[in-house]
Amino acid sequence: MRLRVLAAMSGGVDSAVAAARIAEAGHDVTGVHLALSANPQSYRTGARGCCTIEDARDARRAADVIGIPFYVWDMAERFHRDVVEDFVGEYAAGRTPNPCLRCNEKIKFEAVLERALALGFDAVATGHHARIVDGVLSRSPDEGKDQSYVLGVLTREQLARAIFPLGDSTKARVREEAARRGLMVADKPDSHDVCFIADGDTRGFLERRLGAAQGPIVDESGQVVGSHEGAYGFTVGQRKGLRIDRPAADGRPRYVLSIEPVSNTITVGPRSALEVTAIVAERPVWNGPVAEPYEPLACTVQLRAHGEVYACRARLSGEEVHITLDAPATGVAAGQAAVLYLGDTVIGSATISTAA
Amino acid sequence: MKPAYLDHAATTPMLPEAIEVMTAQLGQVGNASSLHAAGRRTRRVVEEARESVAGALGARPSEVVFTSGGTEADNLAIKGLYWARRAQGANRILVSAVEHHAALDPAHWLGDRQDAVVEVLDVDEFGRVHPRTLRAAVERDPGTVALVSVMWANNEVGTVQAVPELAEIAHAHGIPFHTDAVQAVGKLPVVFSGSGVDALTVSGHKVGGPMGVGALLLARGVDPVPVLHGGGQERDVRSGTLDAPSLAGFATAVRIAVERQAETRARLTELRDDLIRKVRQAVPDVILNGDPADRLPGNAHFSFPGCEGDALLMLLDAKGVECSTGSACSAGVAQPSHVLLAMGADAVRARGSLRFSLGHTSTQADVDRVAEVIGGVVERARRAGLT
Repeated sequence: MRLRVLAAMSGGVDSAVAAARIAEAGHDVTGVHLALSANPQSYRTGARGCCTIEDARDARRAADVIGIPFYVWDMAERFHRDVVEDFVGEYAAGRTPNPCLRCNEKIKFEAVLERALALGFDAVATGHHARIVDGVLSRSPDEGKDQSYVLGVLTREQLARAIFPLGDSTKARVREEAARRGLMVADKPDSHDVCFIADGDTRGFLERRLGAAQGPIVDESGQVVGSHEGAYGFTVGQRKGLRIDRPAADGRPRYVLSIEPVSNTITVGPRSALEVTAIVAERPVWNGPVAEPYEPLACTVQLRAHGEVYACRARLSGEEVHITLDAPATGVAAGQAAVLYLGDTVIGSATISTAA
Repeated sequence: MKPAYLDHAATTPMLPEAIEVMTAQLGQVGNASSLHAAGRRTRRVVEEARESVAGALGARPSEVVFTSGGTEADNLAIKGLYWARRAQGANRILVSAVEHHAALDPAHWLGDRQDAVVEVLDVDEFGRVHPRTLRAAVERDPGTVALVSVMWANNEVGTVQAVPELAEIAHAHGIPFHTDAVQAVGKLPVVFSGSGVDALTVSGHKVGGPMGVGALLLARGVDPVPVLHGGGQERDVRSGTLDAPSLAGFATAVRIAVERQAETRARLTELRDDLIRKVRQAVPDVILNGDPADRLPGNAHFSFPGCEGDALLMLLDAKGVECSTGSACSAGVAQPSHVLLAMGADAVRARGSLRFSLGHTSTQADVDRVAEVIGGVVERARRAGLT
């Protein structure tokens, strides 16, 4: 069937090749670049899904080469509200957000998808490295580039309208193909950092947004061992940048164990204290081929982007998912997504609220 | 099906006669400044072009300064006249709120980076500058006004300004008056000598000539400081080797557009009125922007309540109707039009706007194509709503 497809084009190589493939497959494709900043100069060049003037131009050139219509959609307000403000708010609350995931959830597959459907499109295609087979999400064959984690929050309804034309390809193949198709972005560097933080300095960004707020760094016994300029600058599991003067009693390095935003306190301790096996996560989404697990389900879980995968049992209880790891994990931060897999297939996700 | 091209205010197809003279000249060698035979031959082409443009627009050949287009002509008029007048102690620039960015931005640049004081002349709901508005601004301190710039007809909403009357007010105080007549030439009677203006901008590609060429008509005794310095061409006001092929095409287009102006105006007015009627029929709550009577013959500019202009444009494009949201872009992001905002529209109405502009190749079939699809397109865009 010939679909009317909106191809989201960031200006990067992945989304360009994705658009080219879906057009070549005979669908009626329109390229759309999402302008995510009211002031395009302020965002990072080459950042994922983002929007410097150069990225907009690269996207437009790719659309020209592919031979599809191209427009820019202004999503700056939605992006600012649902991604940037959410990012700042999550850090202020002592959690560690993933803005790429939020952008997929709220912008690409909510705001953009809804608008596209209203305007008569059937689906939204992106250059994500992940597979959708029969509406079920699974990992890319390119382990290093797999993005199923940041898509794990999508609902079945969202996945039913999503097309990932790069699903079966490695990044290396995508680059080769871009060069073969004459797409100028073939050699454009990958993006890694948060797109809306132009200089890559997350802590500085948060400090400008939230102001400096000095508070104590304490050890597990509650003894003050140092101070910080803002609890939002820290992530559970972090070791560097604590600037603690006195060494620990055992001489071992100390890690951030928890962030308490109300008292503005950072608790630090040894690596062993970071180990958790019991995770509670909220706002569950069940988007895979299995029914909601009211009884413990043996599966695996990924706890951060490009993070390790842990064997676990997951059980749905009310609006929470209780995840019990077979072996301890470290650096599990509230606010990150717990994405559940059976093999390479995503079965659901939820947002980590506590871990012990 | 051939698309209905209704964006002639952005650019209009070249006239076959202009293509012919231009392409013939492209094969010729010669720099108009050279003294040998090839140079003289080229010089002749350039000077005939100058005479042709002057003749068509009621100017003297010596009053025609060729430029690379409308933007350069506006920059030369505003910066050049400002610098010349600044030397005489005047520092206020009066510009209408609805000018093209090619006029507005040089004025604001002089205000931001140099010591100009830019005063923006308000317009009414139809986009008109009232003579009393200009008079009040001038008379506050006539000696300090460096120049006045008010366009002949607005590129977005099509409103025609009372240029001779406005120029008269400036002249009463010896203040130079510039007008951007890019949209007016070939659509309205434009006579430089009779208009009372001191500087007038014309663009090639808006009248059926090539892109990248235009002119600033400069009345005798009006001497802007140059923006481009170099070989001293164009009475030392605008240096740069003259582009003989483009000038030949440009002059031919201006001549023909002006010859056919009355006929074009009558024909486009009729088509345009039919377009407005049919759009109103399909979308009863549509708002026609600009002066309902005194507007460019080919211009129909609408606001569609509850729609995003971007969505309308995309849907129409897919249905083979090419028009414009008429707004400025940065990285392709539509900003609400400064023209509509100046006319008192809110940002939502401004963002839900579309310009259809007809030109010499427009036909009834183009209008009918819009009539056929606009209802469905607006309905769909409304479903997508305002993001």
